[in-house]
Amino acid sequence: MKISKQEVLHVAGLARLNIDEAMIDMFAGQLGDILEYVETLDRLDTTDIPPTFHAVDISNAFREDRIKQHLDKNEAVKNAPEEEDGHFIVPKVIE
Amino acid sequence: MDLHALTIHDAHELLKNKKISAKELVSSVIDRIETVDPVVDAYITITKEIALAQAEIADKTISSGKMKKLTGIPIAIKDLICTKGVPTTCASKILENFTPPYDATVMEKLNAAGAVMVGKVNMDEFAMGSSTENSGIKITKNPWEQSRVPGGSSGGSAAAVAADMCLGALGSDTGGSIRQPASHCGVVGVKPTYGRVSRFGLVAFASSLDQIGPLTKDVRDAAILLNAISGYDAKDSTSVDTDTPDYHALLSDDVKGLKIGIPKEYHTTKGVSADVLSAVQNAMAVFKNAGAKLVDISLPHAQYAIAAYYLIAPAEASSNLARYDGVKYGLRDSGPGGLIDMYKNTRSIGFGPEVQRRILLGTYALSAGYYDAYYKKASQIRTLIKRDFMRAFDACDLILAPVAPTPAFKIGENIDDPLNMYLTDIFTLSANLAGIPGLSVPCGFSESGLPIGLQLMGTYFDEQRILNAAYFFEQATDFHHKKPRLKIL
Repeated sequence: MKISKQEVLHVAGLARLNIDEAMIDMFAGQLGDILEYVETLDRLDTTDIPPTFHAVDISNAFREDRIKQHLDKNEAVKNAPEEEDGHFIVPKVIE
Repeated sequence: MDLHALTIHDAHELLKNKKISAKELVSSVIDRIETVDPVVDAYITITKEIALAQAEIADKTISSGKMKKLTGIPIAIKDLICTKGVPTTCASKILENFTPPYDATVMEKLNAAGAVMVGKVNMDEFAMGSSTENSGIKITKNPWEQSRVPGGSSGGSAAAVAADMCLGALGSDTGGSIRQPASHCGVVGVKPTYGRVSRFGLVAFASSLDQIGPLTKDVRDAAILLNAISGYDAKDSTSVDTDTPDYHALLSDDVKGLKIGIPKEYHTTKGVSADVLSAVQNAMAVFKNAGAKLVDISLPHAQYAIAAYYLIAPAEASSNLARYDGVKYGLRDSGPGGLIDMYKNTRSIGFGPEVQRRILLGTYALSAGYYDAYYKKASQIRTLIKRDFMRAFDACDLILAPVAPTPAFKIGENIDDPLNMYLTDIFTLSANLAGIPGLSVPCGFSESGLPIGLQLMGTYFDEQRILNAAYFFEQATDFHHKKPRLKIL
């Protein structure tokens, strides 16, 4: 299966990645190879087969809504590249 | 006596009888790391001071008579398990400066059991890989032959155990990442049933497949370590509320009448080396001679596991790794531009090529117009793979198979061909897709002296049965007593 440069760039945009010009061809080739291999799945008719998203049957895990001790706000943002008073600082969002 | 070479259970007896102190044991392991790790490169962070402080507490606990199974035992932790106050990098540049403010549930459990953390060990970046070559930090060498990979992604864990740089280690297994490096390094590795061990504080790769488990020098130690980390956790909504048996107390080496399923498809898999085939066939004979019954079974959809896995795992990964955006933790590119530029630049600098490749693949599989053809289709195949196992377990108690098609390959051999690297996961991926437990136990050596592992897979929450069979096999053979001869500079 062929993946075009444009497709790689489109998907990279969705995934918030910048791909170097030099890497685009490499990724296009490798993704093409992988997707071609994956096409073996088309040999199987799965019309009435339900999908499995979780291997072990589990239902919703509910709990009581109770106040508990949680991470201190300042502790929680401590790893941020930029923070102030327990808030994250980000570059300009609106032009 | 080389204390670092002890098993967990032997060290426990010596500590209990006051033949050795925890401080002596931990110091011996730290010395060993300082001597050997410059050659093996298993450790990302050595937590010497924490270890010595924990050893001191352990010695007090022992003298007060309140010793537990892991009191004073030096353990290495894969660097994607959150450790409070100790960097947790996932072997990625994007998390190089991340220090978790909390402990993973498995760490709380290890701490409560008295274990001593000696350090954080290397892995493929975000656990994506089968060789630990995708680490953004360093390349770990196989202690048996340093030109070869230790396997992956828990390559640091397996190499550290094999080279006696810890008594046991924790790894994680999303598609074979505990079992395959265990096989390549000649140690025991267990992937528990999905839901047996809490994933809270395990940095997520593919949430429906990830599971934490032990890597150890023998099966008894694996049972001890698995006991310590298992159990329901309200903080992990996929953890299953079911009793954990005392794997260690219930260990038994009686395999008489045990029905061992041999999947016929695995005999015709291409690319399996003669060394691996003969080691696995010898293992079958060992079980048969002890009165186990070998039963032919079929896993007709096993051949589709790689294709299904390499859609599902990257799809989940592309979603999970969206959180690394330079805002909440980790790296941020501070170049010019707005928020979106910052996201893109940070992620492109921070993630290595394999992680970017999987994010692209996963994003593609989930993108508009492709979801049904890829992600949904793969999830339907997952149902078929799961049904194969359910049917097989009607006819047998456990399944025997190779772990990897070949012994450890050379560093650099597969790195430029991702698809070829993915194909080496053929025997391990199915257990993750189905959610069943599996383990690797040493079962032989290649002609050139590289270790080979045997895989045993059981039905849901039946870890005890595969541990027992592995325990029998270990008693009947002496592969686990062989140690690598390291060329120390």
